[in-house]
Amino acid sequence: MTDYTKQIHRCFRCGYCKFPSDYSDFNCPSYARFRFDTYSTSGRLWLIYAWLKGEIEWSEHLAEILYSCTTCKNCVEQCPMKFSSDIVDWIVAARSDMMEKEKGRIPPRVTSFLEDVYRLGNPLKERGKRDAWANGIKRYQPGDEYLFYVGCLGSYDEFGRRMARSVARLLSEAGISFGILGNDENCCGNEVYLLGEKELFQVLAERNIQKFKELGVKKVVTLSPHAYNAMKNNYPLVSNAYFEVSHYTQLLCGLLRENKIRPSRNKIKVTYHDPCFLGRYNKIYGEPREVLQSIPGIELLEMERNRENSFCCGGGSGNFVTDLLGGSEESPSRIRVREAYETGADILAVACPSCMTMLQDAVKVENLESKLAVKDISQVVAESL
Amino acid sequence: MLQLNFDPAKCIACKTQDCLVKCQYLRLDKDKAKTEMQKIINGEDSFVLHDCVTCYACEEYCKMGNHPFYLIVERQEGKGILPAPRSIATMWINQCEPRGRFTVGKVKERALSFCFIPIFPLWATGKLFDGIASSYIMGEEFFCNAVFLHYAKMSVIKDRLPKVIENIAKLGIKELICLHDECYGTFNSLAPAYGMKVPFKTTHYFEYLYEKLKELKDEIKPLNVKLAYQRPCSNRLSPKTQHFVDDIFNLIGAHRVKREYVGENALCCAEVIRMGQGYKIADDVQKRNLEDMVKAGAEYCVFNCPMCYLSIGDKVSKRGLKPIHIIDLCKMAIGEKTAPGV
Amino acid sequence: MIDIYNLLAEIVGEQHVSNHKEERYFYGCDPGLTPPHEPDYVVMPETTEEVQQIVKLANKEKIPIVPKGGGLALTGLVIPQKGGIVIDMKRMGKILEVNEKSRYVVVEGGVTHGMLQNYLKKHHPKLRHSIPDSPAISTVVGNAVIHGQGRLTQQYGFNSDMVSGLEVVLPTGEICRIGSHSISSQHWFSKGAPWPDLSGLFLGWFGTTGIITKLGLRLYPCKKMRDVMVFLTDKIELVPDIILKLTHTEMTEDIVVNEQPLPPRMKGNIYILIIITGDSDEELDFKRKIIWDALWDIFESRDGGFLSVPADMKPPLLEMPSRDVVRFADVRKGGGFEYSGPIIPLEKYPEFITKQKELVSKYNLSYSATSRVIAGGHCMMYAFAFTFNRADPDEMDRIRKALREAAEFTVEQGGMMWKPTIEEQKMIIERMDPNTLKIMKKIKELLDPNGIMNPGNWEA
Repeated sequence: MTDYTKQIHRCFRCGYCKFPSDYSDFNCPSYARFRFDTYSTSGRLWLIYAWLKGEIEWSEHLAEILYSCTTCKNCVEQCPMKFSSDIVDWIVAARSDMMEKEKGRIPPRVTSFLEDVYRLGNPLKERGKRDAWANGIKRYQPGDEYLFYVGCLGSYDEFGRRMARSVARLLSEAGISFGILGNDENCCGNEVYLLGEKELFQVLAERNIQKFKELGVKKVVTLSPHAYNAMKNNYPLVSNAYFEVSHYTQLLCGLLRENKIRPSRNKIKVTYHDPCFLGRYNKIYGEPREVLQSIPGIELLEMERNRENSFCCGGGSGNFVTDLLGGSEESPSRIRVREAYETGADILAVACPSCMTMLQDAVKVENLESKLAVKDISQVVAESL
Repeated sequence: MLQLNFDPAKCIACKTQDCLVKCQYLRLDKDKAKTEMQKIINGEDSFVLHDCVTCYACEEYCKMGNHPFYLIVERQEGKGILPAPRSIATMWINQCEPRGRFTVGKVKERALSFCFIPIFPLWATGKLFDGIASSYIMGEEFFCNAVFLHYAKMSVIKDRLPKVIENIAKLGIKELICLHDECYGTFNSLAPAYGMKVPFKTTHYFEYLYEKLKELKDEIKPLNVKLAYQRPCSNRLSPKTQHFVDDIFNLIGAHRVKREYVGENALCCAEVIRMGQGYKIADDVQKRNLEDMVKAGAEYCVFNCPMCYLSIGDKVSKRGLKPIHIIDLCKMAIGEKTAPGV
Repeated sequence: MIDIYNLLAEIVGEQHVSNHKEERYFYGCDPGLTPPHEPDYVVMPETTEEVQQIVKLANKEKIPIVPKGGGLALTGLVIPQKGGIVIDMKRMGKILEVNEKSRYVVVEGGVTHGMLQNYLKKHHPKLRHSIPDSPAISTVVGNAVIHGQGRLTQQYGFNSDMVSGLEVVLPTGEICRIGSHSISSQHWFSKGAPWPDLSGLFLGWFGTTGIITKLGLRLYPCKKMRDVMVFLTDKIELVPDIILKLTHTEMTEDIVVNEQPLPPRMKGNIYILIIITGDSDEELDFKRKIIWDALWDIFESRDGGFLSVPADMKPPLLEMPSRDVVRFADVRKGGGFEYSGPIIPLEKYPEFITKQKELVSKYNLSYSATSRVIAGGHCMMYAFAFTFNRADPDEMDRIRKALREAAEFTVEQGGMMWKPTIEEQKMIIERMDPNTLKIMKKIKELLDPNGIMNPGNWEA
């Protein structure tokens, strides 16, 4: 990447980054939440430039603005300028820089996120065993086709664990040979990277890669799109060790095409929420939908903002823990579940444990629990078997 | 200064005067054609120089290989006769000026020429281009410049084309596969007509596709569709490549419909005519051309030149035919592409 | 000492007011070349009543107020020259009513053009509004207040001419209704006529006379199809005549005249973009022919011609709003542009383009000259647009000088600066008929006795 300090002045603050492509609503999660222009991408870029020039000093508020960006890449998608693909990299680079120069002055919630990953191997303050969820699911052994990488939320979060078990069940039923790393698994580091702590990311990535190498892992399937993204796009920058990585929805899609999983009729109305790290980061829009549509009788209802224009749940860049966008009717997760409910769907299908935890909380606060069930795609499939 | 190889004696000896008699836009009998051609040769004014729509066809009609069209262009330029508004020519001259923005892939001795047409890299993919897709050249530096025939700017061609040939040769290319029909015509007709040496072999992409399809024969599923072929103006410079259209159609199990406007009698896409002569002639040509396709029962209109495709693809569609470039058609036959919509 | 922050927080809620350095910094500048000046507070009301309370507070305490929409005028009009409170209007984002029969919409003061465009497309596909080329975040009210232009300006006049009613919070705190709805709250079809048109007390005043909290806007038929024709000429002196011929046809939606040196294909020619609309191929075809015929003599003389626009070139030319407009800011990887966009008599086009070229070579600048025909050809907006590198203060300074010269030239030529900077406003005021100025002064003093509204602007 080119040095962000030499590029960041190029933002004209035209504001296209605030919208989806059809201007139907504000699509930058932190702008939608706070509504000061400073909380939009152009706000951040101008403030970072001002900080670099010494026109503003570091402050807690500046840090909040900077870390409330969920790195959802809506701005990357919408910015009309030639540098658009670099925007999130600039923000991440500035976070790194600030971490260096303003040591100890990043938002406490972000500090504790990073410290927890460093000390405990996960940001969830969990000290328990990583494989407590696994219920007998076997460890990866050389010769297994896939390593199932479940990540921190899959290991510890109540909803994440259910997702992990559901995916594991489908893989078993389809006759896939796979195993997990159990207590040897490390945090994938995706959020750590995006929060700007590149050294810690390096350590985490190296540990995981080393483990994969030791076990001779050739194929990894991830529960979380965040882990998928880190392994697919960032691990190659750390090591040239080769392994193939896929997200579980891609694997399920293949198994359904090959008739290795055969869902039966299920008359349900489902809307699907594209996770940023599957969608905008990796352009995977078709497979999750194909999985859902392979269920006979299902009705897939699209939210107005979908695919490239999907509205982030607000959980990216560690916000599923730090929650810098929480606490308001305009919190992205709450806006999103209202949008999902408007489609008339009974089920809001997700493909990401971060989205899962964000949106589960939101349906409760919005009193939509009895009307809109948040389920992951594998659960929707499993319930249709 | 590069001189056009044109032999007046051949014209005098010519018994048919096909160059002008067969012209689809000017009405001349044999005698009139002879007189007007003589005027042109002598450097006198002729209505032909003013009314020429620059369709290139007389280059094909002349069986003596005597380049009547290039002579017309030379004379138009000499007399300051403008076949199109100045501003259009200026636009082309500025747009196509080399400025170091070319792209060169991992060029081997055998390479693809994408000319200066950004859609080619998107088309030159898949099995048909296996092993060669990365060996390509594209940009103003490799642009054939034949377009200036439409604007009476032979001087620009004479200035730029030798450098283009040199640029390609310098890359060590021994065989250049031209994806743009007009490039092939330039290297095989226009360059030799001015004595420019082309120190590399050129292959028309029709031939390349044909050979490649033969290799992939087992993967071909006959398309069983009825096709009309849109022959571009540039193909008048290389009429010998025409048989490949039928060869390819036969290989992929497609049927070419019987048309009035075919071969020597083909009608061009007419968008250049629109810019030079106005909408009346252009609309008439397009109307006759499309009606002929429809009448002949074609389901698809198959394009050779990407510019024809961009220019009349929509109009073809509105007449209920599916517009498709021949590369995509071949991809359909080997299952790499699905049929386009109307 | 009165705690203004807490009083504002009481009005709009704490999360919608800020006195943090970061908000003050960002709201203290715009994308153009006007030097920044920070506000003391940024506040985001959601209702007219909240705006009213803020204004009453500010008027009582004599605190300056600057209402702000998208903030994209580029000429510093929402930079709070004397500090005070910037009111970011964008939380007032409701589209209140569309009257399909009388073809108008009523919007709140912070509705963006992007959202209105989307709303009409979704709910009233037969109607459209005049979409400006400023980015989608620009607001309907902000655009009207600066007499903005849009895609329908060639047909129907400035976007402010399309206003069909206002609700304004006066600087003294009263809520005032302007237009047909001043007598019947349900009807927003006229901003004044056939009675005294009081909208003139607010439109063009850059927020110095009140804050528009609701606005009625005329809507127009949305035809099923749009197409673009491009006419090229290398003879600058023909442009006024070409425009006359084109407007005579009464067949065009928008007419935009471009002259710029980059990309190379544009060098040496004037590009005239002609947008046409229709409900059928036949209608479009008919219009195309009429337009061709109107320019046939120029075409035959070879002084100009229509470009055959290939299908892949059309979408960016037809896009609304055109994202290419903002891309101009990054032509030289610098992130900035500003333009002086005077409204000029049609026949003056050649002089203006000559002047621009003179400025370009004198100050060594990258430029584009985009002009839009207004209201069937009575005048046009001519943009002296220069792109700059935000990290190059010397270049920014040269452009300031060039724009200053452009403004002086405009005044000499009898043109009117559009959305003038404060410096340009002073230039205008110096030359204005004293009695005209007197009326402006009286109006300002009457409406804003404490001078709290966007001070620095239109100050006689």
